[in-house]
Amino acid sequence: MARNREAVVLLLDVGPSMHGVLQEVEKVCSMLVQKKLIYGKSDEVAVVVFGTGETNNELQKEVGGYEHVVVLRNIKVVDGEATDTLQNLPRGTVPGDFMDAIVVGIDMLIKKFGPTNKGKQRLCLITDAKYPIKDPYEGTKKDQVDAICQQMKAHGVKFDCIVYREPGAMRTSVMDENDHLLDLFSKRIVARTVHVDSPLSLLGALRTRNIMPVTVFRGDMEISSNMKIKVWVYKKTSEERFPTLKMYSDKAPASDKFATHEVKVDFEYKSIEDPNKVIPPEQRIKGYRYGPQVVPISPAEWEAVKFKPEKSVKLLGFTDASNILRHYYMKDVYIFIPEPGNRKAIVAVSAIARAMKEMNKCAILRCVWRQGQGNVVIGVLTPNISSVDNIPDSFYFNVLPFAEDVREFQFPSFDNLPSSYHPSEEQQEAADNFVRMLDLAPSGRQEILQPDFTPNPVLERFYRFLELRSKQPDADVPPLDTSLKMMTEQSPDVFSDQKLLIEFPKHFELKENPKKKKSSRRAWREKPSLSNEEVSAKDPTASNLLEYSSDKKVEKIGNQNPIQDFEAMMARRDSSKWVRKAIEEMQNYIANMLENSHEQDAFQKAVECLKALRKGCIIEQEPREFNRFLIELKDKRKITNLANFFDLLLSNKITLISKEEAADSDVAEEEAKNFPVKAESASQ
Amino acid sequence: MDLDPEGIFRDDSDSDDEFYQEKEASKELVVYLVDASPKMFAPVPTDEGGTKETHFHIAINSILQSLKAQIIGRSYDEVAICFYNTKEKKNLQDLSGVYVFNVPEREWLDRPTARLIKEFSSIEESFMSNIGSRYWIVSGSRDNSLYNALWVAQALLRKGSAKTVSKRILLFTNEDDPFGSISGAIKSDMVRTTLQRAKDAQDLGISIELLPFRRPDEEFDVSIFYAELIGLETDEIPNFLPSASDKLEDMTDQLRKRIFKKRKVKTLTFSIANGISIEVNTYALIRPTLPGAIMWLDSVTNLPLKNERSIICADTGALYQAPPKRFQPYKNEIIKFSVNELSEIKKLSNNHLRLLGFKPLDCLKDYHNLRPSTFIFPTDEEIVGSTRIFIALHKSMLRLRRFALAFHGSSTHPQLVALVAQDEITSANGQVEPPGMHMIYLPYSDDIRHIEEDHMAADDNASRATDEQIKKASALLRRIDLKNFSVCQFTNPALQRHYGILQALALGEDEMPDIKDETVPDEEGMARPGIVNVIQEFKNAVYGENHDQEEDESAAGRGHASGASKKRKEMTEAAAKESSSRDWEELAENGKVS
Repeated sequence: MARNREAVVLLLDVGPSMHGVLQEVEKVCSMLVQKKLIYGKSDEVAVVVFGTGETNNELQKEVGGYEHVVVLRNIKVVDGEATDTLQNLPRGTVPGDFMDAIVVGIDMLIKKFGPTNKGKQRLCLITDAKYPIKDPYEGTKKDQVDAICQQMKAHGVKFDCIVYREPGAMRTSVMDENDHLLDLFSKRIVARTVHVDSPLSLLGALRTRNIMPVTVFRGDMEISSNMKIKVWVYKKTSEERFPTLKMYSDKAPASDKFATHEVKVDFEYKSIEDPNKVIPPEQRIKGYRYGPQVVPISPAEWEAVKFKPEKSVKLLGFTDASNILRHYYMKDVYIFIPEPGNRKAIVAVSAIARAMKEMNKCAILRCVWRQGQGNVVIGVLTPNISSVDNIPDSFYFNVLPFAEDVREFQFPSFDNLPSSYHPSEEQQEAADNFVRMLDLAPSGRQEILQPDFTPNPVLERFYRFLELRSKQPDADVPPLDTSLKMMTEQSPDVFSDQKLLIEFPKHFELKENPKKKKSSRRAWREKPSLSNEEVSAKDPTASNLLEYSSDKKVEKIGNQNPIQDFEAMMARRDSSKWVRKAIEEMQNYIANMLENSHEQDAFQKAVECLKALRKGCIIEQEPREFNRFLIELKDKRKITNLANFFDLLLSNKITLISKEEAADSDVAEEEAKNFPVKAESASQ
Repeated sequence: MDLDPEGIFRDDSDSDDEFYQEKEASKELVVYLVDASPKMFAPVPTDEGGTKETHFHIAINSILQSLKAQIIGRSYDEVAICFYNTKEKKNLQDLSGVYVFNVPEREWLDRPTARLIKEFSSIEESFMSNIGSRYWIVSGSRDNSLYNALWVAQALLRKGSAKTVSKRILLFTNEDDPFGSISGAIKSDMVRTTLQRAKDAQDLGISIELLPFRRPDEEFDVSIFYAELIGLETDEIPNFLPSASDKLEDMTDQLRKRIFKKRKVKTLTFSIANGISIEVNTYALIRPTLPGAIMWLDSVTNLPLKNERSIICADTGALYQAPPKRFQPYKNEIIKFSVNELSEIKKLSNNHLRLLGFKPLDCLKDYHNLRPSTFIFPTDEEIVGSTRIFIALHKSMLRLRRFALAFHGSSTHPQLVALVAQDEITSANGQVEPPGMHMIYLPYSDDIRHIEEDHMAADDNASRATDEQIKKASALLRRIDLKNFSVCQFTNPALQRHYGILQALALGEDEMPDIKDETVPDEEGMARPGIVNVIQEFKNAVYGENHDQEEDESAAGRGHASGASKKRKEMTEAAAKESSSRDWEELAENGKVS
């Protein structure tokens, strides 16, 4: 871990135009620090903000200039203070000058490390680069970038730059100039500039964990015995796992300050015949299963006979890319880069990659990454043509399945399905429109939810919770961050045309299969529960948002929106009790309303509630609950003055739930139809 | 228990068990019912008029193949092999014309063993002398061998509850009119009792599946008799036989596919829009097959050992059942979490698949992958109308060349997924790719590494191939072309070897099997002059004419270490240096250095 130790200077634009996303900047930078607190405890972090009214940096003190740049934290080993600083960034008052900030950042690095620590220093700039930067004292801005790059190269400083701009923002010549200048960096030095246009992408744009990649393989990619290309193979994707937490032991007395609270896990192997007899390791032998049999083999025997392929990466041949369907990719992905600095390898890879691209071909390889590996890997090599001048062309490599890994299940052909399964022309057209319009890669803005800029919401939530817990030991799990909601729900700000989401389902009809016993756990038509907008519209304070955690749990029917509350409760799937509770509460609510008020408007409201109750009882297959309630009301009618109410029911066609509507009902359709009439006659 | 002791099938990333291990709950009991009447032994001419095969041979072969696959993949399933229209009889009911094949140390319906596979593989040699073949209907006798066979099969399947295990009878025959040779009351009587027997079995939760063979010049007409036996609706009959082929290898292939029963992983609710949800079933069509579990044995008795785990408090030595809390050291503190809290963190939404929108197919990059995909197919079982919406979207996505982006809210592993519509692909031997969608698990930004940028050539522009060099490469690509490459044409040599060895040891054979590694390159083909030439031309174009000589020279003058090893050396040195300083710092931090 130590060799990875890096120093990061965060250069954060806090000018007025950035205020809208500073929350995200705070979050993503805190995340970076938090991960360091766990995985890179000796990494160092500095925080510099620019676009502030004040000025506080050494360069300004020494040579003047560099105004509106404030060093909030000098380069030092990460600690809790760093997260505190980052979570409370000042809101600046003047447009920031990112070039000044870069110079201040480099100056800090040079002063701290001098010629040491090369390649382990990083500047991270987050800005919208909307405003002009000052002209340098001498030369052009481009010259200034060149000079800065010289310095950065000399001291092995890497540069990450994230430019945030809202979608659809007007482009200005200033932006063009700034973007051009920032691009120059990646041509001169090891730098990466990305543009993002949503708060979510901003959260995903910064590399929050510093992983030193290790090669899986270095050596020859053999086209034939005579033609070999020197390559290095790395993982291109690899899942960042949820941290492995340790088991906590609370046995140590509270007074024990040095208690580790850790546990040890011991394994013992015991004889089946005598459970008290522990078999020592030297008396154990591995048994391999073959069907019901277990075949004992000693390691030496196994070593002698097992499959031992030679380390090598060999070409089996090329084939049309269309022969390899995308869903056959088996694992995380590898990347083959030509040996760094090896011009011949770079050209050879480039030639093959570009030929593949032109001809729409891919290569099939057989790989044994290291000596002693007990298996081979067959996979497909696809071209990765570089669009950046100083990045060589390379290949992606995906592992393909062996015959044993594929199950050839047969499925009915869609053409052979009965006609009731096929969409009509009009439905097909609706689907075409839907697929076309619900577009996550609209022209004129960045692809939405691109994996490369979409952070893992679980990790985000974990680290936020971790920080919260460190300050309030009894804190609850926080809800999912609002900007991350975009990946768990169809996001309203993505689709300007909301009609679309409403229109499409109208073309289709769905109903529960009557032959099938209801499965109480499944909601096929979700009730319009309280959406986030509604909640925040009612009370936008954060504390209230917390109450409605990610699942929007409604627990009782209130006076404000009884029908919505009822539907939300009915939709709750966390426990079966909610359906029952919702029905019960609704019944009480209606009965109360009818008992305590005899005004027409209360009747109207009661009818609406009754309608919702009826619908809910049909969906949840609880017809008896509803019917019992309605009959009870009818009986009450004799003692209270509800005649008008029953007229209303008649005109609203609210009757008992019949067998046809819900299988569990014991009311025939005819009987249901006649219900109000029968009620009438009963009262006479 | 360690599943892969050698770690040979494991790679750098550990796999989550839930995703890769199939649950054992879906255990299956199968009776193979193979027709052994003389017609099954009639040679079928192949296209080229070459070797003649029999339908019996094809049946045996496909059963053998599936037994071999089963002992590797699903060794908990139980099978019985049963012939009917046999001279000899061997069954519990002592019914004539039915012979249950078995080997010692195995029940009639049991897990397949090495010995069963071995003896079954050579059954044809001795079949006529030991078991014998006879005609369906023996005149003068009222014996009904199909009736008997179904009875025997049903009795074999009496094991286990139909609720927890799936029970199947697979019927192999090439006779579409088994009672064709008789007539009148005898015939109608036999037909009726046979159908009743089949129905009784089906009522007990046993499904009867027909695997028919047809002769090149005639159809197998299911409507004569079998449609009713297996409970086929009239309108399903035309779809029943997937384009039957005359080619023998196609037949084996087809049978093998049909022998395996589809197993769904689960049913998912797929939210489309505005509160509308349909249902889809998910299937794991592609998952790595790993060698079976290992067990620790007592080397003296060869009996399995019981593995006991004990959790001990490191501070006090006290024994724990299962500690309720987990912790993460953070900022020199211990931050505790309950197991419930941890699972709440991972629960982002309900367990649905939620449609977010659509993107053009080229937004799905080759590096957007983490795990094997999962197949989804619509079901109307609970929600009528699901299939219709699914098909409509499927068609639109294919036509517009788009994939759907969705959020899969699994409770342990919530992930963004791409749903790629796959059109049905068929060939002479049936379905190659089923119609449906493939769910591809997408990485998050945290999972993607920027290797290319880390190796940026900071000084100058990276070299690109010239048009001439690309042309030479194109010639190479055209020449070394795997025309009919199919993704899973290779068997896994490590796995084959593993099980080959186990089979030999299980049978007590001395000789280790020689397993061919199909994955080695075709050296011979590569040595063909045409190919050697294009390779040489390409080599000259990218490396220059004198490459080999240059290499030799640089190898000879190996005064300087290569770039790679030099860098590695630098890194280890730096690491050593830093680790010493770091340790010290950490100790100081923890206040343990006085």
